[in-house]
Amino acid sequence: MADFKTNRRSFIKGSGAVGAGLAAPTIFTKAHAFTNEPGPGSVVLGFNVPQSGPYADEGADELRAYELAVKHLNGGGDGGMLNTFSSKALDGTGILGRKVDYVTGDTQTKSDAARASARAMIEKDGAIMITGGSSSGVAIAVQSLCQDAGVIFMAGLTHSNDTTGKDKKANGFRHFFNAYMSGAALAPVLAERYGTDRKAYHLTADYTWGWTQEESIMAATEEKGWETVNAVRTPLAETDFSSYIAPVLNSDADVLVLNHYGANMVNSLTNAVQFGLREKMVNGKNFEIVVPLYSRLMARGAGQNVKGIFGSTNWHWSLQDQASQTFVSSFGREYGQPPSQAAHTCYVQTLLYADAVQRAGSFNPCAVAEALEDFEFDGLGNGKTLYRGADHQCFKDVLVVRGKENPESEFDLLEVVQVTPMEQVMYEPDHPMFAGGSLGQCNPGA
Amino acid sequence: MLAKLLNNKDTMLVIVFSLVVLAAPLLLAPLGAGYPDLMQRFAIFGIFAIGFNILFGLTGYLSFGHAAFLGVGSYSAVWMFKLLSVNIVPAILLSVLISGLFALVIGYVSLKRSGIYFSILTLAFAQMSFNLAYSVLTPITNGETGLQLALDDPRVLDGASTEGVLPSPQLFGLEMNDTAQVPFLGMELQFNVGFYICALILIAAFFISLRIFRSSFGMMLRAVKSNQTRLNYTGINTKPYTLAAFVISGMYAGLAGGLMASMDPLAGAERMQWTASGEVVLMTIMGGAGSLLGPVLGAAIIKYFENIFSRINDNVIEAWFTFLPDWLGDILVTLISPFVGKGWHLSLGLIFMLVVIFLPGGLVEGAQRVSRWTVRSVKRLQHSEPGSSKSLEPGETH
Repeated sequence: MADFKTNRRSFIKGSGAVGAGLAAPTIFTKAHAFTNEPGPGSVVLGFNVPQSGPYADEGADELRAYELAVKHLNGGGDGGMLNTFSSKALDGTGILGRKVDYVTGDTQTKSDAARASARAMIEKDGAIMITGGSSSGVAIAVQSLCQDAGVIFMAGLTHSNDTTGKDKKANGFRHFFNAYMSGAALAPVLAERYGTDRKAYHLTADYTWGWTQEESIMAATEEKGWETVNAVRTPLAETDFSSYIAPVLNSDADVLVLNHYGANMVNSLTNAVQFGLREKMVNGKNFEIVVPLYSRLMARGAGQNVKGIFGSTNWHWSLQDQASQTFVSSFGREYGQPPSQAAHTCYVQTLLYADAVQRAGSFNPCAVAEALEDFEFDGLGNGKTLYRGADHQCFKDVLVVRGKENPESEFDLLEVVQVTPMEQVMYEPDHPMFAGGSLGQCNPGA
Repeated sequence: MLAKLLNNKDTMLVIVFSLVVLAAPLLLAPLGAGYPDLMQRFAIFGIFAIGFNILFGLTGYLSFGHAAFLGVGSYSAVWMFKLLSVNIVPAILLSVLISGLFALVIGYVSLKRSGIYFSILTLAFAQMSFNLAYSVLTPITNGETGLQLALDDPRVLDGASTEGVLPSPQLFGLEMNDTAQVPFLGMELQFNVGFYICALILIAAFFISLRIFRSSFGMMLRAVKSNQTRLNYTGINTKPYTLAAFVISGMYAGLAGGLMASMDPLAGAERMQWTASGEVVLMTIMGGAGSLLGPVLGAAIIKYFENIFSRINDNVIEAWFTFLPDWLGDILVTLISPFVGKGWHLSLGLIFMLVVIFLPGGLVEGAQRVSRWTVRSVKRLQHSEPGSSKSLEPGETH
């Protein structure tokens, strides 16, 4: 008798499964309104960061920031910048009442691997939003994947003009500043300190970010009267730059611009200093090195060598506004160190996404995109900021920084020389350096 | 017809192989690998490794540059999507053709030498192709970012698509990323169009490789492996055979590359890097070089590690041990975490070492040993039971 019962039960179960199998063809017309519509309990975000390769340090810090943001969104910790954020839609109960879960992946700083990892997050884990990336090549590749799959991409640290220029996508958003802004902020300071008759030699990481940064810095400095002697491309995976530095000594350049980031910059700067470039006199002027995109993690990697070297950053932990201070103390309490600019932008992007969903009242990528477009906010560490709808780029003040001569701690390596106001780094969406692409239409998938 | 082409054992092999491949969404779902991207990868790298095995497994020529053909195939396919049509048929045909031509040129030069010199030559050619794709031919390859589709591509054969929407690769209207999700015993099975196209091509590729293994051409290739000098002394020119094998395996790689681009329309230079070439060598050796099933098995295992193990982070491991007391859980987490997550290379390396040391014939040899051992122990068991063993005596069954 008992046997019969279990048999019947498993029979019913089995026939249910068969029925579902027979119903399969109709499932091609999907029931969901958009890709990975979350259930009532929780929502999954995908954090896709480099855990190996030249940007691994940045990736590790980004991951810390994401974990902190999730904690704050779910009401844990001290709430961080939720308290200072100008929009008060978020209340520490997750997003739209759903607990925030997350999955992580390694981009390996390679487009292929990053896309595979992002696809796994979307297809396997049901991620509704992908964020991260510490290389513009990767960010652009993943952004186009998210566009095709119908999820939102909140770009992490990506500085190439192309991310919101010729490769911009309707589902992709960038909070970080870009190469054009670096050039516009840095060139006046350089011209003021080093004069207007300099000859620059560029070493450039050979991919989209390097190319657009080289172009931007060249244009901005040449406008101030500088001359570009040479521009040499170096592979992203390069670790020894001696063979690229030696020709600099034999040129008549008196400024070396290192369009390198992460471990690339640490190595190339160290090589340049070893070759005695900083003590060199050319054309009666002291030889100078410029690192247009700076970060504290790089400064720590390069140690003594960064002293006095100019560059620009998106954000720095020594900023004195209330939002930055709140974030630094909250991050410091959690991890015992101040956050890098990569960590800051990733934290902010997560909050901005959550806030947009909350304001839109829906996880639908198109609704979220609409909520983010032309959104003006404050209280996230960069002062007043605009998320421009025409190209999904944030506009805010840019910091010009310099390697500190007398650091007081292992984190106190950069000092802010100037806060360049937003107006000075603003450009039209159809600026030649950004032209050639189109956002296209927002894609909700399904 | 199949039965005519193959002997019984091979027919069974093809049928079982096909069934397993076609049932992959069901079989892989419990392992956490039943999602389209990874299943497509299994099939694509299976094809790649099968092709590599035709060269390495049969002739013994170890090519360290096969990723170049995969990359060339991908670039050809993406260019087809951009210029001609998002239909995958012309893309795949062109990728096989171009990589075949490419293999002919590289093979012609590299096969002038054998052994380590051959390997180094292919490695050099592949690295050259990588650097060309990465930084010299950027107008064709778009360098590190990778070649992608754009809204303003010509696509001459396709009608006007919806404004502002990028079309996705398809086969006469069947979109590659279409997936049917079917709930089954608490799991969500994902039946994906792209995967089934890859799977059918994988089965065809397996069948062709089987035919090559059983043909007189395959026999000649094996002869090259066992003693090329002797063949030369008997007056046989081996070059056409090895070159043919090289081109065939290059075309397999191009096919895999074209499929890869069809599933995800982006071609990046790093898939041509020497590490990618090394990967297919690992796959083949791990599974069992010279065996039919080995390369597919090896490809699946390596891709599984790369995609599943690499995603196990500390939080996931902690969740496994929540039932244990904190201190014990912490110890276990510390012990395990170096081997998963970003340490997945470490565990893969360990497994590879174990396989090479203890199972020189790869995992296929392992499986054979296990099955032989089971058969033997079953027999021993039956022997010990009087009266039941007689009919199973070896020799009498035939």
